[in-house]
Amino acid sequence: MAKDPYEVLGVKKTATQDEIKKAYRKLAKKLHPDLHPGDEDKKAQFQAVAAANDLLSDPEMRRRYDAGEIDASGHERPERQFYHQYADQEAGRRYDPGAGMGGFQDASDIFSDLFGRRAGGGGFRQEFHARGPDTRYHLEVDFLDAARGTKRSVTMPDGKTIEITIPAGLKDGQTLRLRGKGGPGLGDGPPGDALVTIAVRPHPVFTRDGDDIEIELPITFDEAVLGAKVDVPTISGEVSMTIPRGASSGHRLRLKGKGIRKGRTVAGNQYVRLKIVLPEKIDDQMEDLARRWRDHAAFDARKELRRKT
Amino acid sequence: MSFDEHAVVARVARVNLPELRLWVRQGWLRPAQGEAGPVFDELDIARIRLLCDLRKEMSLPDDAVPVVLTLLDNLHQTRRELRTLTRAIEQQPRDVRHAVVSVFHDIHTRADTGATGGTAGTADTGTEDR
Repeated sequence: MAKDPYEVLGVKKTATQDEIKKAYRKLAKKLHPDLHPGDEDKKAQFQAVAAANDLLSDPEMRRRYDAGEIDASGHERPERQFYHQYADQEAGRRYDPGAGMGGFQDASDIFSDLFGRRAGGGGFRQEFHARGPDTRYHLEVDFLDAARGTKRSVTMPDGKTIEITIPAGLKDGQTLRLRGKGGPGLGDGPPGDALVTIAVRPHPVFTRDGDDIEIELPITFDEAVLGAKVDVPTISGEVSMTIPRGASSGHRLRLKGKGIRKGRTVAGNQYVRLKIVLPEKIDDQMEDLARRWRDHAAFDARKELRRKT
Repeated sequence: MSFDEHAVVARVARVNLPELRLWVRQGWLRPAQGEAGPVFDELDIARIRLLCDLRKEMSLPDDAVPVVLTLLDNLHQTRRELRTLTRAIEQQPRDVRHAVVSVFHDIHTRADTGATGGTAGTADTGTEDR
């Protein structure tokens, strides 16, 4: 149960909107979680303050709270992800200002070795020989390009053209590091890297599960009953596949080695899920056939279902 | 998850397109370059919200933003490196770990009681000379 928002902000019930705003700003400056990373107490306090402000800064919400129509926690919202939660992780290095703990070199040789090296030598005399900054790119590729691997030459809005080899089996969201393709270094410093994050566009037919490919294959009623040889699309072209006699919808068949091929040795499989599809218009013959079959067959498709419920 | 400029503005109601572009130009934000313009991820979105807090809720003036950002970025970098160092110490044999912890406490206590001298003292004052 949330506390009284007036109490949280330390204002009277009669406070003006301006007084509420001022009280909130004062507390927000003191408690903002990004100014105190890792301090759970301050974070909880800040969230209480922010929630109280959300409620009281909106005159309509405030009126409803005063009238008892909603309680102090009257509105639910997903917990906000604060910047420091991201900045604490490796991805946060993107916004690092520079040499980091490089200023500690004089403390010991170990430290200058640890923290100096990555920043491009560190130290006062070498200050102007720094490694260039990493640049980040975002590239969308087609499903099949990502599955089969390809080469792309891409011109970015900043005018730079980069040559990118996309290895087969690349996953959505993976990042490629192109050494030395980033920003130029300072002085004798080496250039930075280009980091290319790949987004894979979904395919209307194929889906992926690791190195395996999955598709849904529509088949006709007679193919399901009698079995058949049909052509099936794979990421490397059509192949012929045998549907066994008496196949049902949902039946999963495997095409060995027709998934994603990494190098010459390892390859995933393609899984084909069967789906029996009837024509939009059922003609008299089919109706007749079904009726005759029903009249003499004693097949109960829902026997298992009943047994389990 | 990735967002173009318009998706960002739609998601973070407190920022508008000219502001977003200004913040990128100022270098406060460094989105990835996509073929059709800048592309932001969850980390960038969290940073945009932080900028909104600083600029709007705390009324920080424009020219103070880079100062605060640099301090924050420095703080985060230091925390990450400290954590890496901690992890490295954790992977040491038991006696090495204990030795590090006990020296750490020694230095701390000496700093607290204002004692100077000894080699340990230089670790505290070493950054302000030259």
